[in-house]
This record gives sequence, structure tokens and C-alpha cells, in this order.
Amino acid sequence: MTSAWAMAWLILTPLVAAALAFAFPRLGRSLALGTAGVIGLAVAHLMRLVFANGVQTHLVSGWGAPLGIELRADGLSVLMLIVTALIGVAIALYSQRYFVSEHDDEALHRERYFWPLFLFLWTALDALYLSADIFNLYVTLEMLGFAAVTLLALAGTRAALTAALRYLFVSLSASLFYLLGVGLVYGQCGTVDLPSLAAQARSGPALWVALALMTGGLIAKAALFPLHGWLPPAHANAPAPVSALLSALVVKGPFYILLRLWFEAFPALMTPAVAQVFGALGAAAILWGSVNALFQPRLKLLIAYSTVAQLGYLFLLFPLAASREGGFMAWSGGLMLLGAHACAKTAMFLTAGNILHAAGHDRIKDLDGITHVLPVSVFAFGLAGMSLIGLPPSSGFAGKWLLLNAALAQGQWWWVAVMILGSLLAAAYIVRMLAHAFTRVNEPKTPNPIPPVMEGTALALALLAVVLGFASPWAAELLRVGAPVVGPIVMGGSVP
Amino acid sequence: MVIVSTPSTGDPHTMPDAGYRIYALAGVALFAIGFYSLLVQAHLLRRIMALNVMGSGVFLVYIALGAQTPGPIPDPVPHAMVLTGIVVSVCATGLALALVDRVQAAAGDAEPGEDA
Repeated sequence: MTSAWAMAWLILTPLVAAALAFAFPRLGRSLALGTAGVIGLAVAHLMRLVFANGVQTHLVSGWGAPLGIELRADGLSVLMLIVTALIGVAIALYSQRYFVSEHDDEALHRERYFWPLFLFLWTALDALYLSADIFNLYVTLEMLGFAAVTLLALAGTRAALTAALRYLFVSLSASLFYLLGVGLVYGQCGTVDLPSLAAQARSGPALWVALALMTGGLIAKAALFPLHGWLPPAHANAPAPVSALLSALVVKGPFYILLRLWFEAFPALMTPAVAQVFGALGAAAILWGSVNALFQPRLKLLIAYSTVAQLGYLFLLFPLAASREGGFMAWSGGLMLLGAHACAKTAMFLTAGNILHAAGHDRIKDLDGITHVLPVSVFAFGLAGMSLIGLPPSSGFAGKWLLLNAALAQGQWWWVAVMILGSLLAAAYIVRMLAHAFTRVNEPKTPNPIPPVMEGTALALALLAVVLGFASPWAAELLRVGAPVVGPIVMGGSVP
Repeated sequence: MVIVSTPSTGDPHTMPDAGYRIYALAGVALFAIGFYSLLVQAHLLRRIMALNVMGSGVFLVYIALGAQTPGPIPDPVPHAMVLTGIVVSVCATGLALALVDRVQAAAGDAEPGEDA
């Protein structure tokens, strides 16, 4: 199988499955499992080809830029596809029982629409990570936004619908800012193809305006502080598997496009000042999100604010990877943190779903003794928390360690301070939840039973968030393929 | 506006009439008006219309950029993009209207509460 086939399978399988799941609702569960299997194989194959032969490209129907659609997979694309596939498989498994275990006709009605929308979301993500031009990225970004908003609206409650509408307004206006920027780039460069833009290496005031518009739109979609306001109500009010998809995957799409724009297409515009501004917003997100997480009354809101904070870490990649020394270290560290966060956050939202299901609510102060009822889920929450805090040997640790080393090698100590403070705050909000969970109660309430697969997937992802730390050398090698940032990874030694 | 006054291709002698700039400027103005309305309007239908005005502004900029090419035939690439953009914007409007309908059914009025 050539790489062209692998890329086509990655996009077409979930798309066709989504259409079939809509037409034949009874087949939804099996279609999702089948899709998960095909995508797993296709991603593995594409990864092997990228490792063996470098960057893979395919012109759809033989039409090249500017009119045709070009698919392109480098190390970064493949890493994003792998993360998407891991989370996708987990959600496909978890949701086999999630809706049906509510024993409620409305839940079954939601499940009918969940499967096609979930598969459509998967299509959008795969297409986004394989697109090689900034206009197709716009189209995939819109597909992603539509699927995400509709999935959130599935919850059907007033809070969820209001959050969905607000999310839709933010998402649509942000897309139009991005689209206007794309137009101005085309007006300047005569192309929207990423490799051609990189080859032109242009700069100038008009491109500054274009890039500012695109960046503004993308950071609103990625919920970077101070444009994060829509995220907590959206992520906290969705059904559990949807919360996990939104937090683990959806906000990563626009972040990925920002990396492509600033590091690949227009590196000349990435001045130290720009890099520091991204870093400062990221740092503000870490502190603001963490402090807010600490004071949330509901578990799902706590996890959602934790997402605001963890997204901040990703933006520290900008000031740290833009520098020559240790640039690649920060690049791979930031992207490993992205994968770590995706696994840990999915595990947490699925755990919260189990708790909500068993206890009927997610008010943290009333969750005393929940560990007696759901020991596996609480253990999963703790493991995922370990990765979020960045304790060794978790993948969160591996990513943060690389970022810290890069910051120290470059003498940018202020980011080190922010990262350490963020870790302490993360420890505080996770321990706050665990303290309640482990509080002894005399008469534990009889909970609703939780299907084993729902606890199992949460635990599997939490374990993954920990053990993926051991795969970090391999992830760094993958990221090296076609990376816009080069340099060695020097671990340890340089720490004072 | 600086953005559109520096065409990338063609030497000065074959440059087209710069009249297209007025359309590009109008497009930017529409975009700004739409965004302003999106921020200040509380009524949900008006906000959906504001998004459509923003979108039309962007499309107008694209169409004007197609006139940048030297010669009588405009550049078809931005036009093809606008067609795609229109399809997306129709879908977006449909989704937004359906969602507003659901919100109204759940809340009983067209203005979101402060607890949003």
C-alpha cells in the first residue's frame, strides 16, 4: 500500500462511516469500531513510510497547487494523526456503553447522532493534519468546528445549548478572521500552498496584517488566554466522551495550524518579540487556568480549566523553539506534552463521566468516599493527574523536562519559573479532588453500576499518559522528519 | 489600504486598472461592520446576520484580489475559493439557525442569559 492510499483511507474511512452511521443508526457502534481498526492500521503504515522514506505527499487526482488539493504527511502530521487515533479508539470503545447505560430513551436518541458526528469529527481532524495548504486548512477547520459544536449541543440541556451557541459564534467569527488572512496571503504571495510559501520566505507589512488576522482567529479557536472564555462552559457541559474529544483533540487543531504558519510558512516573521508575546499569553493561561481550576465547585469545570492551563504550556513552545540553541528540544517537548495532555485529559473526562454516572452529580465537595465506589476510575484520575503535574516517568514529565532544559539552555529562566508554578498548582487542584475521593465515609451510597469498559478505557488512557514517557526518544525521531526546527536533544547535564 | 495596494505579480506596465481596490476596501469595511455588530448585538438572529455580513466582506476581498492579475482575464483561484467559502457559510448559517431554534425552545426567548 502506498502512502497515498494510507492518507486516503485516513480521510475516507471515517467520512463514509459517518454517512452510513447517519443512514443506518443501528450500525453506529460497529461502524465506529471498524473505522477505529482501519485508521489504526493506516496510521501505523503511514508512520512506517514516513520513517523509511521521509515526507510523503500526494496530489489528489493528480491536480497540484494552486487549484488541486495536496495531501502531505511529515513527522508532525503523523504524530498528530497517532494522537487522534489513540483518543478516537478510546472514545469509540467508551461510547459503546456510555449512552446505553443511562437507561433512558433520550440518551439513545443522542447516541443515534453521536456516532455520525464523532466520525465526522475524526474525518475533519485527519483531513486537517494531512492538508498542505492554508485554504484547505480553513475548510477542515470549519468541518471540525461544526462537528464539535453539534456534538456539544447533543447534551440537550439549556447550559449545553447556550455554551454551544457561544462556541459556534466564536468559532465562526474566528474562522472568518483566518479566512480574510488567507486571502491577503494569496494577494501577496500568489499561492496558499505551505511548501511554496516557505520557499518564498517573504515578509512585509501586508503579510504582518494577514498573519495577525489568522493568528487572532486561531488563538480564539485554540482557547488561548485571554480568548478562552468559551471553553470551560463548553467542555464542562458536554456528554463525557464529547468533553474528552473537545479537550483532547479539537483545540489542538488550530494550535497545529499556528505551528505550520509561524515555523514553516513565515519563519521570517517570527521575531523574538512575537515569540515572547506567545509565551507570555501561554504563561498567563497556565496561571489563570490553574488558579481557576483550584476553585471550581464541579469536577468537570475543574478539568476544563485545567485544559485552559495545559494549552498554555503548548504556547511556551513558541519562545523556546524559535531559538537556535535547544530549539528542537523545545519543539519535541511541546509536542510530546500535547500528546500527554490528550491522553491524560481524555482519561480525566471519562473518569468524570463515570463519577457523574455513578453518583448522579460531580460536585467535588460531595464526592467524599467515591474511591470506595469507583476505585478503578479514581486510580485512573490519579495516574492522569500525575502526567498533568509532570511527575516522572510520565509522558507529561518527558515533555516538560525537554521544555525546561531548552529554557535553561537558552537562559530564559522566567519560563522555568512559570512551568514550576504551574506544576505546583496542578498538583494542588488534583490533590483537592483526590482528598475528597479518599475521605472515609461511614455509609457509602449505593451507586449506579458502571460498565467495565467505561472504567477500563479511562484506566487504559491514564496508563498510556504515563508509559508514553518511555516512547519519547521515538517520538523525537518521528518529529525530526521534515521538522522546521533542527538541533540535538541534550538531556540532563545542563540543569544547574 | 496597504494590504491590497502591492500586487505581487506583473511589472508596472501591464498592471491592471487599480479600480478593484475600492471593492477590496469595501470588503474590509463590511467585515469590520459585521464584526462590530456581532459584538454589540444581543439578538441571536442579528448575530447570525452579522456573521453573514462578515463573510460577504471576506468574499468581496477575495473577488477583488482576483482582479490583481495583469490582462483582461481575472485570476480564477480566489473565485474558486469564494465558491467553497459560500458553501461553508451556508452550512454554518443553517447550523446556527438550528441551534438558535433549540436554544429558544429550551429558554423561551431569543436572548441568552448572563449565565451563558
